[in-house]
Amino acid sequence: MKDIGPIRQRIAKLPSVKNQAIKLSENAIKKTQKANRFFLEIGEFNLFLWLTVKASFSRHFEFKEFLRQCFLVGNKTVPLITLTGLVIGLVLTIQSRPILVDFGAVSKLPGMVALSIVREMGPVVTALICCGKIGSGMGAELGSMKVTEQIDAMEVSSTNPIRFLVVPRVLAATLMIPILVLYADALGILGSWAGSNIKGDVTFVLFFTQAFSAIGFSDFFPAVIKTFFFGAAIGFVGCYKGFTAGRGTESVGKAANQSVVLASVFVILIDLIAVQITDMLY
Amino acid sequence: MEQDNIISNAETSSTAPSAKTIIDVKGLYKGFGNVPVLSNLSLQLFENENLVVLGKSGSGKSVLIKCMVRLLTANSGSIHIFGKNVNELDDGELAELRVKIGFLFQSGALYDSMTIRENLEFPLIRIKKHLSRKEIDQKIEEALENVGLSDTMNKMPSQLSGGMRKRASLARTIVVDPMIMLYDEPTTGLDPVTSDEISTLINNVQKKYNTSSIIITHDIECARTTADRVIMLNKGEVYLEGTIEEFEQSTDELIQSFFKIRPPQ
Repeated sequence: MKDIGPIRQRIAKLPSVKNQAIKLSENAIKKTQKANRFFLEIGEFNLFLWLTVKASFSRHFEFKEFLRQCFLVGNKTVPLITLTGLVIGLVLTIQSRPILVDFGAVSKLPGMVALSIVREMGPVVTALICCGKIGSGMGAELGSMKVTEQIDAMEVSSTNPIRFLVVPRVLAATLMIPILVLYADALGILGSWAGSNIKGDVTFVLFFTQAFSAIGFSDFFPAVIKTFFFGAAIGFVGCYKGFTAGRGTESVGKAANQSVVLASVFVILIDLIAVQITDMLY
Repeated sequence: MEQDNIISNAETSSTAPSAKTIIDVKGLYKGFGNVPVLSNLSLQLFENENLVVLGKSGSGKSVLIKCMVRLLTANSGSIHIFGKNVNELDDGELAELRVKIGFLFQSGALYDSMTIRENLEFPLIRIKKHLSRKEIDQKIEEALENVGLSDTMNKMPSQLSGGMRKRASLARTIVVDPMIMLYDEPTTGLDPVTSDEISTLINNVQKKYNTSSIIITHDIECARTTADRVIMLNKGEVYLEGTIEEFEQSTDELIQSFFKIRPPQ
């Protein structure tokens, strides 16, 4: 007679096999749901981008709202950028000076600091500050408008909310952030002059002549161009996160927070791409 | 079945108006995920009537009127407004239709960053583009006067009380002369006196602007003041349709639970 012991053992194991199969399928479903959400988010992001681009080229441009946003984005960020720009220049100079003195190259200090501020420090630091100040502000403002049904109210009164709320904000950020970066660059170099006078003695004219002689077109132009992309990314991400906020008040905070994080990631990625392109071209 | 009897009784006993149909909803289904909110819902709104939609929280009342202006899209069924199927309109046609509909949101939804004047001006300059500056000012003043808020024109929404915000929101809605008014819980969160004021205002708006209105509420007093006809929703379906008197006389347990809390005064 055939020994049925092994078969019995297999049957005895069946429930645990079944449980494992259930667990596996549950995990698979959870992972699929996560993947689904991820792809849905990407789809939603692209759709929102398309609607924004489409609305940007519509006949009815909200010029008054655009000017108001330019004022809010530009004017209200100036104090923070002033402080940051000055401190960047000052700190860079104070920290670099001893090394340059050791190498006997202290005369290169203005050029070195100006170059690092114009090419990298000014644009990136200003953009990251704007992520916090402007991106979170837009995310929170539009998020609270969504929660309190103001965006719905706009829609039912036959006004395209993307045209009125998103386009002016994105364009204002795109235009104002390069201006803020140029302002931060100038203050950074001014801060550097102040820093170099703490332990040395250099005239304002001499410092600036040396600083600007070190900066060429290939340093200045790509650095300015990328700031337009920084601005567009900050404005767009802030608006997108605000627009897609959930229904509770908690989601307003979440929208503001996610705006900062995502906009910062975009700034860093755009900077990386810009550096690669600049490297290839010049 | 008791519910079927209730509906059929109500159909025969309701006002059965011979007036023109403004909104015609047929077999509407709307669900979120696998959860149905509205299922096979049908109703009609007739010209110059105030239709009150009663129902417990979560019965799908707000979803119904949001489907009517396509803030939400129904899964199946049809909503015809002035003979046009809302679900089949393109963006331009939808915008044209929305101009004829005034929507009063539960929260008021006034734009926080604008004064009351700017709030009223916002839809006016975008919808009635032919108006001169003087005509715009006149219309704003008239709308605010109609809701008793003439002196708040230059105030910010945050400076107004809850009732005043609702009235300002109503002024923003009527300033563009809508033909249909959709009120989403207009008296929620207000004291009884202010609630009565809002209910009276709803009646005044209907008379002055000749609007046809749907009033979503669970406030029985508001329903008593404003309703020409009442529909009760339960679990996403029409549970009972009739006049307010028929509702008050109903022996149905669910209807009674609504009316016994605040008996007629």
